[in-house]
Amino acid sequence: MLVAHLDPLAASIFSLMAIASLLLAFVMLGSRWLINYLYAFAAESWVIAALSAAVAFYGNYPKLYLIAILTALFRGLFLPYLVWRIIRRLNVAREIHEILQPSSALVAGALCVVFSLTVAYRIGQSLGLAGTVAVLALTIMLSIKLIGFLMLSVRHEALSQILGLLVLENGIFLGAQILVPGMPMLIEIVILFDLLIIVVCFGLLVQYLVSHVGSTSSLSLKRLVG
Amino acid sequence: MTGTLLLILMITPAIAAGACLIFRAPRFVESVNLLASIVVFVMAIPLAILSAGGPYRLLGNYVVLDMVGAWVILCTAIVYLLASIYSVGYMRLLDEDPKLWGFYALFSGFAFTILLSAIMNNAGLYWIAIELTTLVSAFLVAFERAAESIEAAWKYIIVVSAGISLALLGTVLFYWSGSFVLGSTYDMSWDVLRDAAPKMNAALVTLAFLLVLIGYGTKVGLAPMHSWLPDAHSESPAPISAMLSGALLNGAMLGIVRFLTIADAAQVGGLARTTLVALGVVSLLIGALFIVRQNGIKRLIAYSSVEHMGVVALGFGFGGPLGVAGALYHMLNHSLNKSLMFFGAGNVMRGFGSKEIGDIRGVWARNSAHGALWLAGAAAITGAPPFGLFLSELVILRAGLEHGFGWAVYAMIVLLIVIFIGFLNHFRGMYFGLAPEAEATPLRLSNWCVAPMWLALAPLLLFGLWWPTGLWDHFLAVAHALTSAAP
Repeated sequence: MLVAHLDPLAASIFSLMAIASLLLAFVMLGSRWLINYLYAFAAESWVIAALSAAVAFYGNYPKLYLIAILTALFRGLFLPYLVWRIIRRLNVAREIHEILQPSSALVAGALCVVFSLTVAYRIGQSLGLAGTVAVLALTIMLSIKLIGFLMLSVRHEALSQILGLLVLENGIFLGAQILVPGMPMLIEIVILFDLLIIVVCFGLLVQYLVSHVGSTSSLSLKRLVG
Repeated sequence: MTGTLLLILMITPAIAAGACLIFRAPRFVESVNLLASIVVFVMAIPLAILSAGGPYRLLGNYVVLDMVGAWVILCTAIVYLLASIYSVGYMRLLDEDPKLWGFYALFSGFAFTILLSAIMNNAGLYWIAIELTTLVSAFLVAFERAAESIEAAWKYIIVVSAGISLALLGTVLFYWSGSFVLGSTYDMSWDVLRDAAPKMNAALVTLAFLLVLIGYGTKVGLAPMHSWLPDAHSESPAPISAMLSGALLNGAMLGIVRFLTIADAAQVGGLARTTLVALGVVSLLIGALFIVRQNGIKRLIAYSSVEHMGVVALGFGFGGPLGVAGALYHMLNHSLNKSLMFFGAGNVMRGFGSKEIGDIRGVWARNSAHGALWLAGAAAITGAPPFGLFLSELVILRAGLEHGFGWAVYAMIVLLIVIFIGFLNHFRGMYFGLAPEAEATPLRLSNWCVAPMWLALAPLLLFGLWWPTGLWDHFLAVAHALTSAAP
């Protein structure tokens, strides 16, 4: 078990990176402009890649170096590039109808973190891991998840929803690097490719939305009710 | 032997999808898909029988053929065959010949991904297979390119992807709780997890199971995560509605069942089962409410899928030999019956040119043979005797009483009665309600569109009158296999 006996330096580095990615999730939650949203997502992916490399170094999991490279390339460069292409084609620069002001969204996000901390603390105690980086990893995993759901529910642009889904996955991936660094590589690689397919499919569907529905806001999707 | 059969079963739809992409002649692609579905069906029957000989692990333990998986394969194969026959007739009516190759390539690809999910012996790979089913079927939902179907596809892919990302989180947490027992690297196959489960931390397994349940529950269409289901099922072409409802939902239910066995083995089965039962009751409630006041014909049938998945969830949640047997039998009957209902709805929608129940009047007068067939299906889907669903629902009710879920059983009975009245009331309107103007032009249907309905009704009636002993023994063996690891 990596997290149980970790030297203090490694634990602080892991914590720092995990917290950095949580902050980036808040940046996404607070930004109106889609392009900032995208930059924050790319930056978060790079932080996760760095975290993979750090875990590989301190935990002696050489295969995680490969995961780190793939994460940086796929999540940090290729996926943002694909999303950027969709943004450029669509001509939508920002969220127009907000259900929640970014400031209120940030407060709601903070509540999500508090909730996640409570859950993670309980689990950590019952596992005898209280006070280790595992609790922090679990907190951040759950709170990025909740923040992702928050973004999905308060944003309406199709692109924000794609990015929201990618954030959901980022949270899981981040936690998995710290909690289960030994997870078989096959799974992680397949999930990376799977993400790629997801984004391509979304891109196609966004095109259909533009050409057949005439809008990329989910507010205009209300033909089917009841 | 088993390996060869399984290989043929898996490779046939994949080849069919490839062939459709390469040779795009409309008549060719429909026959290739039909041929593939026949082969899949012929392979699925011996596989279901052979699976009783113990789980077969293939390809370095990444693939497994066990009894539950083989059962889901059989249900999928049946729906795939019926839907393939039906789509020959239905897609000709739609007059989409130039795009037909894409439809059939996605169709056989969809069947392939569902079959794939049933044989994955690794929780992570299973998750990926389920995600693939979503991606492939989203394009089938959007096939007609109407604004409504694009909207349905978009909601489908967003809601389901967000939902099953919870299942991924749950899967990672399962892996984590296993790593306290098995060390940091191990293969997350179902039996490895189950064998390690007694030593796992109960709180962590509970959290992981709840996440998985909500995640795959979204895909199964359990309320309140069902919101994508009526949209996707009602806007896709009728054969795809049948596949979504009769095949895909079972494939996702399989994941819940497998994780439930692990939760049982980890001694947290009580909470896990109560939650599953509660979701089942809520699904029945939502199904009942939306069935009573429904305007769209396919949405009506889609809400009935929410209801029946609730019943299956109740069966597995109650557990025990009776519960598992009832749930498996219900899966098969529901697959047959839901195909029949969606085919009939497709025919009627084409014939009357509307999806609104209010516009469909005089079904009986315009084609009485087809009308009788569809009405029999409607009676069957509401759980009326002498059809299969009546028997399986009865068995599930008994299982609930046996395992101390009295409250759920009484709720289920009341809601089933409400659904019976509400559902058939819509049919009364469509069959005997007054038509706005007396147009008695007969509804002409090709044999392709009617034959699969007969093929679905005949076994449904047979299973209602006679529950084969062999099938009962098979279910008991499945129930035993699902619970044997629990001490």
